[in-house]
Amino acid sequence: MSIKLEHVTYTYNPGTVYEMHALKDVSFEIPQGQFVGIIGHTGSGKSTLIQHLNGLIRPTSGKVLFEGQDVWAEGYELRKLRFQVGLVFQYPEHQLFESDVMSDVCFGPSNEGLTQEECRKRAKEALDHVGIPEEYYDKSPFELSGGEKRRVAIAGVLAMNPKVLVLDEPTAGLDPEGRTEILDQIAWLHKTRGITIILVSHSMEDVARYVQRIIVMNEGQKAFDGSCKEVFSHYKELEKIGLAAPQITYIMHALAERGLNVDLSAVTVEEARDSILKALGKETSCSEILP
Amino acid sequence: MGIIKATKLVYEYLKYNEAGEAQEKNRAIDELSLEIEPGQFIAVLGHNGSGKSTFAKHINGLLVPTEGTLWVDSMDTSKEGELWKIRQKAGMVFQNPDNQIIGSVVEEDVGFGPENLGVKTDDIWKRVDDSLEAVGMTAYRKHSPNKLSGGQKQRVAIAGVVAMKPRCIVLDEPTAMLDPNGRKEVLKTVRELNQQEKVTVILITHYMEEVVFADHVYVMDQGHLVMDGTPREIFSQVEKLKEYRLDVPQVTLLAHELKQAGLPLPDGILTIEELVDAICQ
Amino acid sequence: MLRDITIGQYYPADSILHRLDPRVKFIATLAFIISLFISSTWTGYLVSTVFLAAVIRLSKVPFRFMVKGLKAIVILLLITLFFNMIFTPGTPLVHFWIITITREGVITAIRMGIRLIYLIIGSSVMTLTTTPNQLTDGLESLLKPLEKIRVPVHDIAMMMSIALRFIPILLEETDKIMKAQIARGADFESGGLMKKIKSMVPLLVPLFISAFRRANDLALAMEARCYHGGAGRTQMKPLRYERRDYLAYLVLAVYLAIVILMRVFGRYLI
Repeated sequence: MSIKLEHVTYTYNPGTVYEMHALKDVSFEIPQGQFVGIIGHTGSGKSTLIQHLNGLIRPTSGKVLFEGQDVWAEGYELRKLRFQVGLVFQYPEHQLFESDVMSDVCFGPSNEGLTQEECRKRAKEALDHVGIPEEYYDKSPFELSGGEKRRVAIAGVLAMNPKVLVLDEPTAGLDPEGRTEILDQIAWLHKTRGITIILVSHSMEDVARYVQRIIVMNEGQKAFDGSCKEVFSHYKELEKIGLAAPQITYIMHALAERGLNVDLSAVTVEEARDSILKALGKETSCSEILP
Repeated sequence: MGIIKATKLVYEYLKYNEAGEAQEKNRAIDELSLEIEPGQFIAVLGHNGSGKSTFAKHINGLLVPTEGTLWVDSMDTSKEGELWKIRQKAGMVFQNPDNQIIGSVVEEDVGFGPENLGVKTDDIWKRVDDSLEAVGMTAYRKHSPNKLSGGQKQRVAIAGVVAMKPRCIVLDEPTAMLDPNGRKEVLKTVRELNQQEKVTVILITHYMEEVVFADHVYVMDQGHLVMDGTPREIFSQVEKLKEYRLDVPQVTLLAHELKQAGLPLPDGILTIEELVDAICQ
Repeated sequence: MLRDITIGQYYPADSILHRLDPRVKFIATLAFIISLFISSTWTGYLVSTVFLAAVIRLSKVPFRFMVKGLKAIVILLLITLFFNMIFTPGTPLVHFWIITITREGVITAIRMGIRLIYLIIGSSVMTLTTTPNQLTDGLESLLKPLEKIRVPVHDIAMMMSIALRFIPILLEETDKIMKAQIARGADFESGGLMKKIKSMVPLLVPLFISAFRRANDLALAMEARCYHGGAGRTQMKPLRYERRDYLAYLVLAVYLAIVILMRVFGRYLI
């Protein structure tokens, strides 16, 4: 039960002057149920990478395996793969097209050939999970606010009951509260449904709070792969490739340089607070503010 | 009088139901009063739907107040006759980089504004040269905008406004659709314009890190002006910002939490250096 | 697939052809197309070939780009060739079932093929060496006299130039939406005609909405930059004939003269 890439290379316009290696020899395995962040700046190959995961793009060389099966092997039903690996594109609200929210979310499951009842049941579950209440079902998706539209679009993919959910920059263009809302809901989905989540982002702060593992892409190659703490410990190298660790990492390193015995691997504000208080010998006060 | 002055500005719009009848009146801006001095770097914060973009469109005369008055460089924006002058004085950069570039070649796009103003050909070229230089895009002048990165496109859009020689530039969430590198690029460009060319900058955003360098910050919520002050004054009120669906930079948040835990730290810490110095003194 | 359309795509380079006045290129393209239909002899086509080859050479645009434009009309080309081959009466060459290919048919087909291919390549040379803005400026200037009969020439030209700028953006968007719907299990390929038409709805609705949103944004952006129609507007790149343009007209005139002379006296030449 996993998704696995073996030496995947993808070249745009092979054999021409415009030849461009979008991916170069990328290999990794994501076990079922993991929450993974893929980070890289624009043009690092992360968008090309995720389109390999549900068979939208065929690798120039290398293999994509889903649950141990080569998805490009003769006779493999690619269309079925797309219901198992749900892909939410950037600005997914741009793909909404139906006249009401319910029908739009039903689009995925009905393509799967489910009965209308089943579709509605799935859609209802999905809309529930992204926090869209029932009174919205008959509204036109175009009347909703930006954040709501986005959640409906995510529900549209979720309703296919995928085992893996891949999201490309799900928070792009949202305001701070909207960002937190979406990310919290995704984290909750991961917890309650036990599905694999692959979150593409360029915000280290966002990713650090939620994911179990980070894959950093740079110039089509895997630059780092590990837990947040491992990856952020390379914060100087990350800067060289145009990325940065969360502000917290910098603060902790700066404090350590000044002789404070803080935990360098802290990545969230809470961890940093506790570690600083501990280093200053004031950990007792922590309990006062923790609920 | 300041370059921008608003007195009791109100903007109402009608919401229509499916039959096309006016259903309810919505106030996007409610009794907003403020005055902006020339040469300042101003940030306007607010969550989506707080009315900040509606306010931005007023400065450029794209929207006209329902009640109250807005003066741009001492011109009343509701007076039709001065509209083009106002738009020349207060340029505007929008959120989506693709949807505001008109030309198919970078330099032709930058020349679009001056062409509309009726500037003489030789002067247009000079303005285009200067503006591209000011945003650091001279090397790309012959390129197609479609081949540029998001940050570069926004710099071209800024050059297009600079070429109209405005006294004030309003940027309506110019970085919302960009990646971190693009955001940095655009912000650096805007700050340089403000410092070197002394153009008044009004930056509308919901990214808190971007307002740290502003001279003055306004916070909007439901059409009201709810907070104003220096970044330090604003960021020292972490709880209040959260109420308005905004967040603060991680360093400020950490300082706030440490302070609540009993550390004697000053309010409104904005940079890593400040925090480290305050903790280690 | 969608990216293969090169008509309307500009190839930036620094060549004499890029610097020519767009009006010259417009008239030259028209004249070249006419010349293709004037020619009736192989030597006539040879002259056109030499002319076209010289122009391509001068343009510094890789030949591949011109050929790419042909991909879009390959089917049209094949149909034309086929019908010409079987419907031209004359000496039978090959005969099977009810189809007879004649000698004359083959010759006509080759002629039509050459004309069509040259026509596309010729127009591609113009669009590849002229920015859409110059192109519309040229058109605007050439059509200026029509303003007297109240044709809104400036507005039409502005609309064209905007349309040209947004074509690549909308193509990219189509690609993106299509992928997003495929990811939701949409099937754009199988099924009969009705099913195929129905399957386009999830693609077309978002595309229209996006186009309207962009149009709205763009209108605001143009207004914000003081656009108020053609009146009182100056030009950054006003069209002014230079020496090279007159020279180009001269070359064009000579070329046309040769083609016409060959048509008139052609039969005496061979």
